[in-house]
Formats: sequence, C-alpha cells, structure tokens
Amino acid sequence: MAAYPSKPTVRTAAPQTLFDKIWDSRLVTPETTDAPGLLYVDLHLIHEVTSPQAFAAIEARGLSVRRPDKTFATMDHSTPTTPRARGAAPTYASNAQRQQVERLEENCRRHGVRLAGWDSPDRGIVHVIGPELGLTQPGMTIVCGDSHTSTHGAFGALAFGIGTTEVSHVLATQCLLQRKPKTMRIHVDGRLPTGVAAKDLILAIIAEIGAGGAAGHVIEYAGPAIEALSMEERMTVCNMSIEAGARAGLIAPDVKTFAWMVGRDHMPKGAAFEAAKQSWSRLKSDPGAVFDKEARINASSLSPMITWGASPDMGMPVDARAPRPQSPDAAKALQYMGFQPDETLMGEPVQTVFIGSCTNSRLSDLRQAAQIMAGRHVKPGVRMLVVPGSERIKKAAEAEGLDAVFKTAGAEWREPGCSMCIGMNGDIGRRGDLVVSTSNRNFAGRQGPGVRTVLASPATAAASAVAGAIADPRKLMEMCGAA
Amino acid sequence: MQPEPLITIRSRTACLPEPNIDTDQIIPARYLTVTDRGGLGETCFRDWRFDKAGEPTGHALNSLDARSHAILVAGDNFGCGSSREHAPWALLDFGFRAIVTSTAADIFKSNAAKNGLLVAEIDAQSHQALLSSPGEVVEIDLEASVVKSNGVEAGFQLDPFVRTCLMQGVDPLGYILQQSEAIQSFEARAST
Ligand code: SF4
Repeated sequence: MAAYPSKPTVRTAAPQTLFDKIWDSRLVTPETTDAPGLLYVDLHLIHEVTSPQAFAAIEARGLSVRRPDKTFATMDHSTPTTPRARGAAPTYASNAQRQQVERLEENCRRHGVRLAGWDSPDRGIVHVIGPELGLTQPGMTIVCGDSHTSTHGAFGALAFGIGTTEVSHVLATQCLLQRKPKTMRIHVDGRLPTGVAAKDLILAIIAEIGAGGAAGHVIEYAGPAIEALSMEERMTVCNMSIEAGARAGLIAPDVKTFAWMVGRDHMPKGAAFEAAKQSWSRLKSDPGAVFDKEARINASSLSPMITWGASPDMGMPVDARAPRPQSPDAAKALQYMGFQPDETLMGEPVQTVFIGSCTNSRLSDLRQAAQIMAGRHVKPGVRMLVVPGSERIKKAAEAEGLDAVFKTAGAEWREPGCSMCIGMNGDIGRRGDLVVSTSNRNFAGRQGPGVRTVLASPATAAASAVAGAIADPRKLMEMCGAA
Repeated sequence: MQPEPLITIRSRTACLPEPNIDTDQIIPARYLTVTDRGGLGETCFRDWRFDKAGEPTGHALNSLDARSHAILVAGDNFGCGSSREHAPWALLDFGFRAIVTSTAADIFKSNAAKNGLLVAEIDAQSHQALLSSPGEVVEIDLEASVVKSNGVEAGFQLDPFVRTCLMQGVDPLGYILQQSEAIQSFEARAST
C-alpha cells in the first residue's frame, strides 16, 4: 500500500486543510471550467447490491478491472443473518438475494477481485471490515457504491460513496471524474458526559445543521471532544456525515489512530509502518486553514438522543417532548410515527430493537449494549436482534461471552451483515412496529413497509429492549455502576 | 450505456412538494436485489402508489402518465439518503426525463447526470410557483439553462461537463479512458 504522501509535499504559502492535502495528492488531472478533475482511487470496496450493473457495463465494452489489487469485495446487504453452521448453505430470503450474491462471486472470480465470501473469517459489513483488515489507511482516497463510505474518514482517508456508473469507471480506470467539493469544519468543544455516546453526538450535530446542512461539503470534525473519542466512536461519527448531506467526513489521524491500526493484516509492517506513520502525521489541517463553512457544538451539554420523525435530522434528547411541527414535512413525519406534539416519547411501547449496522455494530457497541443487558431480560413480547458487524467481531464478542449475555437476556444473536438497517435480506419489522435501532436511517419504510424507526445509541436501544419502551439508558447505567 | 442526447424537454409537470424525498421513497430497498437496471419503473415511489394489499392508492402519481408528465417538480433536498443509482433508473423507467427542484442531494445529482436524467435546481420563488401548479406545461432549455412556463422563467446552473454530456449524449467512461496515459504516469509517479 502506498504511504502518504508518496513524494514530499511542496510547502505552499497558503495553509491547507486536511481535505486539500489528500485531494491535491490524488489528482491525476486538475479540473477546469469545462471538465471535472480526474481523481485517483487508492481503495475500491465492493458489495453485491451496487456492483452487478457496473461489472456488466465494463464487460459490455470489453474492459477488465484495471487494479484488482486495489479492489476488495464483501457480501453484506442481501445475506441472511440467521444462525448458520460453517460450510452450510445459506438460507436466502428469496432467489433474488441468492442471485445477487452469486453474481458477485462470479464477477470477483472472473476479474480476480478479492472477496470476503461465505466462510471467510474476514466477511462483514463493508465499512466495518475495511478498517478492521487494515485496508483503510490515512491519506487514501476510498470509494464504494455505498453512501456510508464516509465511515473510513475516521482514519483521515478521503472516503465517499459513488453510484453504480461510477463504480464501473473505477473498475475500468481506477479513477473518478470529480469536482472539488467545499469544506466544512465542525468543531466540537467540551467532552461527552457519561452515558452519552458518539451516536448521540452525531445525531445532535445532524439535528443542529439539518439533513442538507453539509450538502456539497466534506466535513472535518475537530476539537477536544473529537480527539477524546476512540477510533470506533470516530467511525460512528464519520459514518453519519451523509445524513447531514455531506460528501464525506474526516478526522485527522493521531496517535490513537496509529495505535489502532498497527499490526492489522493489510497494514505496512515494522519499519514500513513507522515510515508511513511519519508521513501520516502530516495529515492535518494547517493552522489558519480556511474552511468554506464552520459550525461549533458543545459536547458537554448533550444527552442521549432519539429521533422522533422520519428523517435523521429529526432528533432530540431522549427525555424531551416531541416537537410542535413547524412545517408540513414535520407534521407528516410525526403522523407517520404515530406521535403527538408535546408528547414525552420515553415510555412509548417498542416492538423491536435492532443493534447492528455500520454505524454501531463494533465490539465496543456490543459491549455497551451487553453491559445493560447483563442480568436483565428483554421485555416479553419485544424482539431484539443483535447483529455483529463482521465475522471477526462476532468471534471476539463470543470469546468475551457477550453472545451468552444477549441470548440469556432473550435477544437473538445473529450472523454478521447489514440486516435490519436496510432489510434487504428479509430482516424487517412488521407494519406498524416501533423499532429502536442503532442504524443510521429512519426513512419511512426503510426497515419494512409501515415500520417506524427510532434511531439511538446501543445503550439506549438496549435499555429500550429491557423496558419494552423508549428508555433513557443512564438510569440503568447508574444501577450497574457504569455511570 | 449511451444516454440519449437531451436538448430541450417540453412536457407537463408532476409535482411532489415534500422536502427531503429520500431514495428509499423513490425506490424502496427491497427492490434493490436486481442485477440489471431495466424495468424499475414499477417500483418507483412504490409505497406511495400502492397500499399494503398491493392496491393502488389515490396518490397523484397513479392518475397521470409520466411520459406525458415527464418533468417532476419536487421539494427541497430531493434524492437524499442512499447513493443507489437505482433511483434515477426507476425515475427514468417510470417516464420522467427531468427533475426540477430547489436543491438536490449531491450523489443523486451525479447519478442522474450519468443516466441522462436532467436535474435543474432553480430559485425558491420560481420553484414554489411551479409546485403550486401541477400539470402545467414547462419547457427546459439546456443550451440556455432555463426553465420556462407560463409565468415562470428561471435560470439554473449546470456543470458545463454535465451539460455537454447530456446534450451530446457523451459517455464519461470513454472520456476517462482517453486519459489512460495520464493515469499510467500518475501510477508510476506515486509508485502505487
Ligand atoms: S449497515 Fe446499513 S448503512 Fe451500513 S452499509 Fe449496510 S445497509 Fe448500508
């Protein structure tokens, strides 16, 4: 893997943002008024849903994959998460899902693309396994036909989602036509209070700036509250940048980043890693760098967050009252959710709880949920799904006995995948169900037709499973001495 | 796939005034299990157009033919959410050829352009005027980058490259392939 930058950066007079540094180093051809620039892609991640038409498009033109060595595939969206013995045939929801996965297997075989397939110990949600395997590295440009590619920005990589036509461009040329996006810095002061998670922080940011608040921009998250976050927490924050409309989210790499990455499968090793670390250390915004837009938020005053509507920016503190709608859109969303203006949502009966997705399915997320579930039980009548983000996470969680905690509490411990985040594999709620979900999107019908989604942190989701209703996790945390 | 050249579009409008129409509404995730791109029109706004029993609802989209109402005037931040290119595929197959809105989501715009679906972002006042008169005849002139109706004349910005691609039916992959040498020398330079 190429270290950043591959040749010494020429010191220019103007201070640069982290984004500018990566962008400039990856430009094959600069943009002009008439045409976008050509941006080189260091890592192309692929999954079964957005790639079949792209492979078909390049094959129709007699082209092949230019750099299979910079391409990595996994299967996650359409794959069943029902418990399955190693080597056993997966039970797909229908033939469509099977065909999609088999098409990916065929395409990868034909084009020599590495695939973390069934029975690979590396398989998992695309944005979970990239960092986990050490494929994701600071300074890289990373793309995937998937909007939550922004997750990888937690490592100081410029990572963003692309459409299927662009997937075909990257397959064939390893490049993308891009106009330079604008930059936005979100400065987070203070420190997250105990019981308030990174998920709550990003939900608060999105509620503050709106679903289109960062449209056309790449966000850099900075400030003491961001520096204090673990790598897993940083991934949760960067993951949901797209929910604020951003193209990507970035956090400058630091000692925590390097400590997290060292020794991972695809990382440079030994002296090569040390050398890479040197160049990665330059990946930060220069003092005085100018951003097109700035926002500030204080983490110290935040509470656990939930969403009350059908857009991720419709968030509020868990103990707040549902708003009086200020727009027809908000009124429609409240009505869809079945909530009344001014109503307290805590105590609202919940039918399903989902812990998983590329936002919150990492080991630390599972630990937080397990801490609340330990010695407690899922409220009778409530269905709780716990879906680890990858095979490795599943294994690590089982080694710690987290699976036993969940199972004893009455939750389902499933195989890794996207599962109820998108419901493509058949894991969906029933019409009318209120689902407390650690995923990233609460759009109408996202988790099944007529299903109502409340986005929350793993702790809030677990507390809601125990209560059988929307609940404040801080109460249970105090009781287990975690607070 | 070579999109057909677009010069002007003249058609009646269909209107969806809701802001933040996300791609899960345009095409619900359960229809993403396809491996080709054709025939997705049926799934377009599926859960708005059909009820749980699969019966058509009273939604306005059910009582018009999108081929004669090929311009969709939609609320702010259209196409937000998932990056699925299935959204423009579904809209095109349903019969739409252009989206007129005040703002559209980045990835959606990019996906639309690559498939010959025009996205025209116009000023808020003209946008409101068009939204309040569904079924009106609107003309979109790409060369002049203007949306015209009886009473509204609104300019829109279109990336010059996108405009060239739309108007000439240029395929961007061909354009990138022409730069193979530059890509090769970048790879050599970056020893990547
Ligand atoms: S977990 Fe959800 S958001 Fe993440 S990649 Fe899968 S479907 Fe997309």
